[in-house]
Amino acid sequence: MPEQFLFATEVVLNGLMAGVLYALVALGFVLIYKASGIFNYAQGVMALFAALTLVGIMDGQVPFSHLINAIFGTEIHHFGWHVPALLAILLTIGVMVVLAWAVQRFIFRHLVNQEPILLFMATIGLAYFLEGVGDLMWGSDIKKLDVGLPQGINDWIDVTTFEAFGYGFFIDNLDISATIVAIILVGALIAFSQYTKQGRALRAVADDHQAALSVGISLNFIWILVWSIAGFVALVAGIMWGAKSGVQFSLSLIALKALPVLMLGGFTSIPGAIVGGLIIGVGEKLFEFLIGPMVGGATENWFAYVLALIFLVFRPQGLFGEKIIERV
Amino acid sequence: MEAAVTQNQDPAKTLLEVNNIEVIYNHVILVLKGVSLKVAEGGITALLGGNGAGKTTTLKAVSNLLHSERGEVTKGSISYRGDAVAGLDPADMVKRGVIQVMEGRHCFEHLTVEENLMTGAYTRGDGRGAVAADLEKVYTYFPRLKERRTSQAGYTSGGEQQMCAIGRALMSRPETILLDEPSMGLAPQLVEEIFGIVRDLNEKEGVSFLLAEQNTNVALRFAHYGYILESGRVVMDGPAAELRENPDVKEFYLGVSEEGRKSFRDVRSYRRRKRWLS
Ligand SMILES: Nc1ncnc2c1ncn2[C@@H]1O[C@H](COP(=O)(O)OP(=O)(O)O)[C@@H](O)[C@H]1O
Ligand SMILES: [Mg+2]
Repeated sequence: MPEQFLFATEVVLNGLMAGVLYALVALGFVLIYKASGIFNYAQGVMALFAALTLVGIMDGQVPFSHLINAIFGTEIHHFGWHVPALLAILLTIGVMVVLAWAVQRFIFRHLVNQEPILLFMATIGLAYFLEGVGDLMWGSDIKKLDVGLPQGINDWIDVTTFEAFGYGFFIDNLDISATIVAIILVGALIAFSQYTKQGRALRAVADDHQAALSVGISLNFIWILVWSIAGFVALVAGIMWGAKSGVQFSLSLIALKALPVLMLGGFTSIPGAIVGGLIIGVGEKLFEFLIGPMVGGATENWFAYVLALIFLVFRPQGLFGEKIIERV
Repeated sequence: MEAAVTQNQDPAKTLLEVNNIEVIYNHVILVLKGVSLKVAEGGITALLGGNGAGKTTTLKAVSNLLHSERGEVTKGSISYRGDAVAGLDPADMVKRGVIQVMEGRHCFEHLTVEENLMTGAYTRGDGRGAVAADLEKVYTYFPRLKERRTSQAGYTSGGEQQMCAIGRALMSRPETILLDEPSMGLAPQLVEEIFGIVRDLNEKEGVSFLLAEQNTNVALRFAHYGYILESGRVVMDGPAAELRENPDVKEFYLGVSEEGRKSFRDVRSYRRRKRWLS
């Protein structure tokens, strides 16, 4: 039994690390939803697009090369240079900011005051459009993404746990760095929203659009800011996921992993997204480990949704969903 | 806030001029049918009238908050210090010194009282020191806000929220505050307190007010000049003291007449009669 317990502990640790990624994607949803009431279906595709762009820039790929070659009969695919990871990340952030601006300028500026369902539809359109643009810009082949994060089993943990318990835990270095990066990112986001003028304005807009307008806050600017931050969060998630499983279409499906996290944590709560992500990450790994063998495995596909449904029934506002304050 | 004090002497100077404006919501609903009014520098100008008369719409036309409500000024003009301000953003108006305190307070519920006040300084670029000094000043006018500075605004009382909303507007260093129904839903004693502070701000800080109120009685005691609005038209205007003594105003807005207090029902039937007459 102690051996079984050790296995389970290892599973929990791995689940926590997977949960961090879910939390990151869910965070992107929460940010946009809180500030603008838009449920951004395209969040997953944004992660894919960000990762594609990052790989493309790093490898010196010529954007839209298929299109260019088809029109001009040329055969160019690469600039022939390689861009260092850090610089490429900065450039990708720039691209995500431009994307945020374009989304606001060409879509949501024209949909101010529209029904939430209409805004949601617009993000579905955006998701497929962005997927197409990503393909067209960078090609649809599976790409390897390596920004220099350490990969493979962490020997120190392996050795230490082996000496202590007689069983070496398998923890991936990539998961450890993902966790650290995610913690830093979340800390930075919270500090930004709590202690800066723009962060305060962002929360003000989330509370009351009209009042925010009345004190001279530009909704347009705040929404571009929010979409930029969501783009940045998507990039970080894209890097982590891409480094693990390559950059390909399936990356956009991490959005589906974030959905139960949102149901669990509430659509408006940053702590909810984090804790929800961790619960789902741990829950699905542990469930697969303990119950999976009895039911023939593959529980990871549905466990999160069932858990989320149960939560939805008993606590519709989510774990930390903000209470609606009644006016006195 | 101090900036305006020096020019307080010349009451004849017009800050805001609304000239025969027409406002339409959703491209079809005609709400204002030619409203004109002037706000004198250093004065408190009251905009009176019953529910649905068009007071809020008039204020929003000035602060340019109409766009976000699908409203549009289709005729007439609005000028502030002689400049046409029609196409500006609300943010531009705030930078020019015109800020609206909306009906129903509209504090940011999940922000603390102090954070609410700080959002008022959003458009300012004169440094942390100046903003901090103004924050202290707001606290001297509203000591209660200082006590509740770390509470979430959504959990404060109606009176505190009204103070928070006015304090927030003050943080933008306004020259003119468009104050919409500050008395709404407040106990008479609190209404007195808030209007007292409005008078103080007007006299000591030189802030001009355009004050929309259904509470004609209180508004005319504190205001210098008044306009009465009925279904989107100005039906009467004059110095507050004169309006207070005007028999029609007494009867239909102050609820008193030679025979004593009139009931709401009588006022209603009179209005119907008047419409037939006009
Ligand atoms: N956003 C809106 N869309 C359509 N009609 C509106 C809107 N806001 C106000 N109205 C209408 O305009 C009229 C005047 O409203 P309002 O300016 O709020 O009056 P008041 O502030 O004097 O009570 C009312 O009949 C109201 O129903
Ligand atoms: Mg009103």
